[in-house]
Amino acid sequence: MHIVVVTKATPDTGAKITVENGVPTWKEAMVINPWDEYSVTEAVVLKEEHKAKVTIMAVGPAEHDDALKQGLAIGCDEAIRVWDEALVGHDSLQYARALAAAIKKLGDVTLVIFGKEFADSGSNQHIYQTARLLGFQVLGSVSKLISLDFGAGTIKVERSVEQGKQTVSSKLPAVLGVLKDITEPRYPSFIGIRKAAKAQIPVWGLSDLGIEAGTPKATILSYSEPPKREGEVEFIEGESPREIAEKLAEKLLEEKVL
Amino acid sequence: MKIFVWTEHFDNKLAQASKEAIGAAKSLGDQVTALVFGQNVDAIVQEAFHFGADAVIKADDATLADFRAEPYIALVAQIARDHQPDAILAGATTRGREVLGGVSADLDAALLDDVLSLSIEDGKLTATRAMYAGKVLTKEQLSGEGVQLATLRSRAFKALDADTSRSGEVISVEPVLSEDEIATKSEGFEGTVGEISLTEAAIIVSGGRGVGGPEGFEPIRELAKVLGGAVGASRATVDAGWIPYEHQVGQTGKVVSPDLYIAAGISGAIQHQAGMRNSKVIVAINKDAEAPIFKLARYGVVGDLFEIVPALTEVFKEKLGK
Repeated sequence: MHIVVVTKATPDTGAKITVENGVPTWKEAMVINPWDEYSVTEAVVLKEEHKAKVTIMAVGPAEHDDALKQGLAIGCDEAIRVWDEALVGHDSLQYARALAAAIKKLGDVTLVIFGKEFADSGSNQHIYQTARLLGFQVLGSVSKLISLDFGAGTIKVERSVEQGKQTVSSKLPAVLGVLKDITEPRYPSFIGIRKAAKAQIPVWGLSDLGIEAGTPKATILSYSEPPKREGEVEFIEGESPREIAEKLAEKLLEEKVL
Repeated sequence: MKIFVWTEHFDNKLAQASKEAIGAAKSLGDQVTALVFGQNVDAIVQEAFHFGADAVIKADDATLADFRAEPYIALVAQIARDHQPDAILAGATTRGREVLGGVSADLDAALLDDVLSLSIEDGKLTATRAMYAGKVLTKEQLSGEGVQLATLRSRAFKALDADTSRSGEVISVEPVLSEDEIATKSEGFEGTVGEISLTEAAIIVSGGRGVGGPEGFEPIRELAKVLGGAVGASRATVDAGWIPYEHQVGQTGKVVSPDLYIAAGISGAIQHQAGMRNSKVIVAINKDAEAPIFKLARYGVVGDLFEIVPALTEVFKEKLGK
């Protein structure tokens, strides 16, 4: 019973991000991708319930080691970072190919867990791409794990979609994309942090995985800041809540947004 | 350009996101084919024509009755191999992102996920996307090799007006996988009846820490109901357990862009702003005149939400005749 949970480091969600000399820039620290606080915790909860092994993985340069170490501090057993200079400027398909090859190399993985999406790119396609490349079932937008039986090779989950909640059962191996509802996040203990700080994280290159980097088929051409909204507020005042409400309602009817 | 649109439907109606995707495809391509999967989907096929499809590829089968990623991905990939479209689009809904994400790997075809705008430059699909939950915008481009994929953010593209006189050719195809070959089973669906999904809502009324507790959302819900809108919430209220997570707007919740966003008792942390700053008109109601939310707002009211919000509900009831 071997679970892989996938993470990356992203800027703190409170970071003020600007575009300087054409690239996104911020002062705040990198943190574990906020959605992964839930997926990593869920992996550790499942490890405890099922006596499974959890490997936390990231694809990327050394800046992702802190996210991996946070995973170790929370209770993941091992961390592996996949990286190769040939992957600089990779697109999501190249990412997924490298990740899928690394998961295959582990050999005995039957469950892979991702957080909902990457908070930096705002994309979740890597979840579905990785699943298809592995030939695993994919269950995205999972809000609840109803049952998991490694022995029987089955899993049942609740998925949150736009119109409600769907219950789906599947055979393992499977890839899950999990939402915040899945669990309450755990934070590292002092002892966990100390132990993780000493961990040497192995780095697997493309030659270790026996694959080529390929070339990106999707490229970011430029970055920009969204148009500013500041400075346009009109305060509505009045003698009574009723008067304020009437003035505001008039304004909104004029805006034709109702 | 030959463009396919994977459509989805619910309660025997074509999804709004699919109507928008067909509309976007029409503005980019000369030949738009809608893919309609499900069981007894003839009404959906007609709707796809009404909203602009020139042709429909239909797969009508019991194995496709409920959405499941595996048979849907396999079928879209097979149709793409057989018919060689230049591009496949879908709404960036939960299901749309799953389907085209999977198809991307099956066809080794790149995908622009959750795009805000779309164009074709030298035959290459080119998009505006949001990074860091909208704090930064990117211009991204595909290489133009093979089939090109994109999912389109809800409300970022315009659907055409329905024209019920339109129709076209319907091609029927068989599913790729039989029930025995599918490893997943859909075991039930619990709909959120009467609730409008946040990402599709034209109007959102949101409550923040200022509502004070679970019952503080009552006036927020009443105003949303009168306006025909959805109820949103800040992370603080969700973390406090006052309202379910489905309502959370912000960087770790939903990113929304309604025509009208009313923020009541929300101070406007940067994470919340990231989720709603693209709303057309923002109204902020807050006791604290210094709250950062006022910097984003078009209209502001410094006051008690428990006085202002019910007064607004009353006034709109009268003005909108409800």
